[in-house]
Amino acid sequence: MSESLGTTGLILNEPLLWERGKKGRSGFSMPAADVPRNPLPAELTGDGPDFPDLSEIEVVRHYTRLSTWNFGVDTGLYPLGSCTMKYNPKINEKLANLRGFTAAHPLLPSVLSQGALQLMFNLERFLAAITALDAVTLQPAAGAQGELTGMLIVHAYHRHRGKQRTKILIPDTAHGTNPASAALCGYAPVPVPSGPDGIIAPETVAGLMDDATAGIMITNPNTLGLFEANIREIARIVHDRGGLVYGDGANMNAVLSIVRPGEIGVDILHLNLHKTFSTPHGGGGPGAGPVAVRKDLARFLPVPRVVERNGAYELREDFPGSVGRVLAFHGHFGVLLRAYAYILSMGPDGLKQASRLAVLNANYIRERLKDVLHPAFDRPCMHECVFSDQNQQQTGITTLEMAKRLMDGGYHPPTIYFPLVVHGAIMIEPTETETKEDLDGFIEAFRSVVREAGDNPGALREAPVRCKVKRLDETAAARNPCLAG
Amino acid sequence: MRYLPHTGEDIAAMLGAVGLRELDDLFEAVPVDCRFGGALNLPEAMSEWALEGHVGRLAGRMAVSPEYSMFLGAGSYDHCIPTTVSSLLSRSEFVTSYTPYQPEMLQGTLQGIYEYQTLTARLLGMEVATASHYDGATALAEALLMAVRITGRKKAALSRAIHPHYRQVVRTYFAPTGYELLEIPYLETGLTDFDRLEEIRDLAAVAVQSPNFFGCIENVTAAAEVAHSGGALLVSGFTEALAFGLLKSPGSQGADIVAGEGQSLGIPRSFGGPALGMLASRKKHMRSLPGRLVGRTKDRDGRRGFVLTLATREQHIRREKATSNICSNNSLCALAAAMYMASLGGTGIRELAALNHDKAEYLKNALRDAGCPIRFSSPTFNEFVVGFPGGFDARYRRLLDRKIVAGLPLGAHYPELADHGLICVTETCSREEMDRLVREVVS
Repeated sequence: MSESLGTTGLILNEPLLWERGKKGRSGFSMPAADVPRNPLPAELTGDGPDFPDLSEIEVVRHYTRLSTWNFGVDTGLYPLGSCTMKYNPKINEKLANLRGFTAAHPLLPSVLSQGALQLMFNLERFLAAITALDAVTLQPAAGAQGELTGMLIVHAYHRHRGKQRTKILIPDTAHGTNPASAALCGYAPVPVPSGPDGIIAPETVAGLMDDATAGIMITNPNTLGLFEANIREIARIVHDRGGLVYGDGANMNAVLSIVRPGEIGVDILHLNLHKTFSTPHGGGGPGAGPVAVRKDLARFLPVPRVVERNGAYELREDFPGSVGRVLAFHGHFGVLLRAYAYILSMGPDGLKQASRLAVLNANYIRERLKDVLHPAFDRPCMHECVFSDQNQQQTGITTLEMAKRLMDGGYHPPTIYFPLVVHGAIMIEPTETETKEDLDGFIEAFRSVVREAGDNPGALREAPVRCKVKRLDETAAARNPCLAG
Repeated sequence: MRYLPHTGEDIAAMLGAVGLRELDDLFEAVPVDCRFGGALNLPEAMSEWALEGHVGRLAGRMAVSPEYSMFLGAGSYDHCIPTTVSSLLSRSEFVTSYTPYQPEMLQGTLQGIYEYQTLTARLLGMEVATASHYDGATALAEALLMAVRITGRKKAALSRAIHPHYRQVVRTYFAPTGYELLEIPYLETGLTDFDRLEEIRDLAAVAVQSPNFFGCIENVTAAAEVAHSGGALLVSGFTEALAFGLLKSPGSQGADIVAGEGQSLGIPRSFGGPALGMLASRKKHMRSLPGRLVGRTKDRDGRRGFVLTLATREQHIRREKATSNICSNNSLCALAAAMYMASLGGTGIRELAALNHDKAEYLKNALRDAGCPIRFSSPTFNEFVVGFPGGFDARYRRLLDRKIVAGLPLGAHYPELADHGLICVTETCSREEMDRLVREVVS
C-alpha cells in the first residue's frame, strides 16, 4: 500500500475535557446581570454540576483536534452499504442556518411561522410526487421512527377495521430496525426467507400470509442490492388477505423517478432524508424519516398536520383517527429544510440521473471486484453490491480484517457482516456523487488488500496502522463497561 | 448538475465495463410493470443563487427576535449560543461522518460522545447516560418502556404537570402495547399531588417533570419516596436542562431514570428540531437502556480509545428482542451540547442558571405588582403561569400586533387554566424588554 491515498501525518493527542482547564476559567461570554439577585430557597438548590472550567481557546483546540481523528464524506469515499453516504451540499447547511429558521419557536402562532409551514407543505407535496402516495407526515425523527409510525398506522388500521392482528411478515434480509419497530406495536415478526435468487418469491408469502398477519414490511430494492421483482404479486397476496404493505424506503436512492412505490402496491413508506436526500449523518444523526401513505390511511397520520387554505398555512390537530404525536414538535425541521433544498437543487431530471449513476457506480465496482471477491449473487445489482468472504476463507483472513486494512488505504470500509444471510458479507454502496477516478482508487485499494491477504496476511491482522489508534478492543469494552469518566 | 461528477466519457467507459449500452439498461431487473414512465411533478432544478433567494424569502416570513420580543419557552428555549459552538460543530469531519461502527476512523465522534455522556451524567446526577435520543418526549417514552422491562409491571403514572406534548408522545408509544397510563393531578400550588399515588401498588414507574410544565420546581425527593414505597421506579423528566446548573440534580434526589430535553444546551430552536433527547440511569439498569452507548477501551498498543458498546441490547444485533428500535440518534446535537457545557464550565453554568432565575423573578414580580395574578405559589426556575388584566388571550393577541410574543396561552392544554399563559424569561431578555412587556400588558 505504499502508493495509497492513505498516509500518516502529524496527529495531535488530546486529553479528555476534564483533564484540561482550571477552576475559574470560562469560554462563555456572560450577558450582563441587569436585574437584582433573587436567590432560590437553599433547600431547592444544589452544588451545580462538576464540569471543568475551560477557556475559549482550550475548547477550540480540543474539538479541532478531535475532528482530525474523524473521517467524513468530505474527507473521502465512504461506501457504507445501506447508509447512502453521498455528498452533503454546503448550500443546504447555509440555508439551514438562516436566522429566520434557527431562531424560530415551534409554538409560534401559525400566522407568524408561514415560511416554515409553507416549506413543510411543499416538501410533503414533493415526497408525495416521488412516492406516488397521497399524504405525508414529516414528523418522524429518523428511519426507525418512521417505521414505528408506519407500524402504528398499521395497528390503528386493523383496530379501526374491528379485528387486531398479531403477526407481521419480514424478509430475512431486513434491517434490524424492522422487527424491532414491529415488536413495539406488539406484532410478532415472521421471517420470510429470500429465494436462491436473493428476492422473495410470491409463493413464500402466500404460504405465510393469513388472517392473523397484519401485513408485510419490505425493503425494495432489498439489502442485497436487488429489486424485489415480485413486489406487485406479493402486494396482491397481502392485500387479498386484508394486510397492508409497508415499504422501507431506506434504499430509495436506487429508484428515484424509476419506480414509484405507490404504483407497485406499497401502502405506507418511510424515506430516510439523511440517505436519499443528502442530509448529513452527523456521526449518527439527526436524521429524518417522513412517512407517506395512500389516501385512505391519511386519517391515521400523526398530528399536528400542515394544512393549506387560500395560500395560508396552519398546523391542525383535529384528526380524531390519528395515531397521535410521535415527537414533541413538528419533526427535525433543520433536516427537512436541507432535504427541501436538495430536491430543488436537483429537480426531477437531476434526481433521476442521481439514481441511474448510483446504480452505475455500484455495478462498476461489482464488475471490477468480482474476480477477487465472491459476489453473493451472479447478476447486476441496484445501488449497492454485496460480496461474501468465500474467496478468502482458505487464507483465514476475515471480512473484518480486510475492512480494517482498507482504512490504511484511505477509505472508509463498506458495511460488513450485513445482510446476515450472506456469509462474511461485504456490502458496498458508493453513491452517485463519487467520481470514476475515486472509484478506481477504491477498487485498486481493495484489490491490493485481497492480494495482501495472500502474500502478507500479517498486514491485515495488524491493521489499521495509519489511524489515530490501532485496533480497539471491543470485547473488553463490553465486558467491563466504562461509559463515563 | 454539480453534485453528479460523471462526464459522458465516464459514463460510456463505465457502461462498457459492465457490458451495457445505456443507463436505462441498468434497470433490467425492474419489471416493466413496476417502472414509472412519466416525469416527477417537481419544480425544475434551481441554481444555488435562485434557491438561496427562494429559501431566504421563506425564512423572512418567520417571526424571530430581535424584531419580536419572545417570552415563549414551553419546551423550546432561547439561549445564547457561543460562536465557538456553532463554528466547531460545523467542521465537516463531524457533520459528514456516519455512526462510528468502525471506531479506529471515528475517534473524534467517539471521544466527543463519551465526554457528552460523562457531562450529562454529572449534570443529572446519574451514573450513566446514553449517546442521545431524538428529543425529550421520546426519551421519556423510552424511559417508561425501560421501567416496564425492569419491573415486569405494566402500568405507569404520569404527572399532569409534565409537558402536554410529552404526555401525548408517551400515549402514542403506549397505545399498541396494552400497558396502562394514569395521570396524577396537580395541586393549587402548581406541584404534583403525589399523595394520590399511595393507594396504587402495581406501578412500573412514576414520572414527574422538574421544573414542571408550569415552571414550578417539584419535590423530586418526595416523588421518589412515594414511587419506591410502592416498588416503582421514579422517572424524572425535564424540558429545561439549564435548570440543573442551579437546582438539585434529579439523581441526587433519588431518581432511577432521568429523561428530558437538552435543546437549551447550545442547540438552536430550529422550529422544534432537531433537538436532543437526554437519557440517564443508575448503573444497575445500564443493560436495560435503549439506544447507543460509547465506552472506553484500549487499542493494541494499550492507548486509550472509545467504541460503541453493549450493542447486544440493540436492534441490529437483537432485532425484535432489542431494548428499542432506535438506530439513528441525535449525535451531532449531543456533540453541540458537550461543546456548550464545556464552554460554560461548572462556574459558568451556575451563573447562567442563576441569571435566568433572577430575570424570570424580576418579570414575575413586576407583573404581579402591575396586577397580573401569578397562578401558582411554588418557586419557579425561568417560567411561570400568569393571568393578564382583562383576560390573557385577548391581551396576548393584541401584543402580537406590537411584536411581543407573550408566552403560550394554556387553555388548549389545560381547560382549567383558560385565559392564563406560560411566560419564559432567559438571559436573552433584557430588562428593557421586560419593562416594555409590563407596560403593554397594563396599558
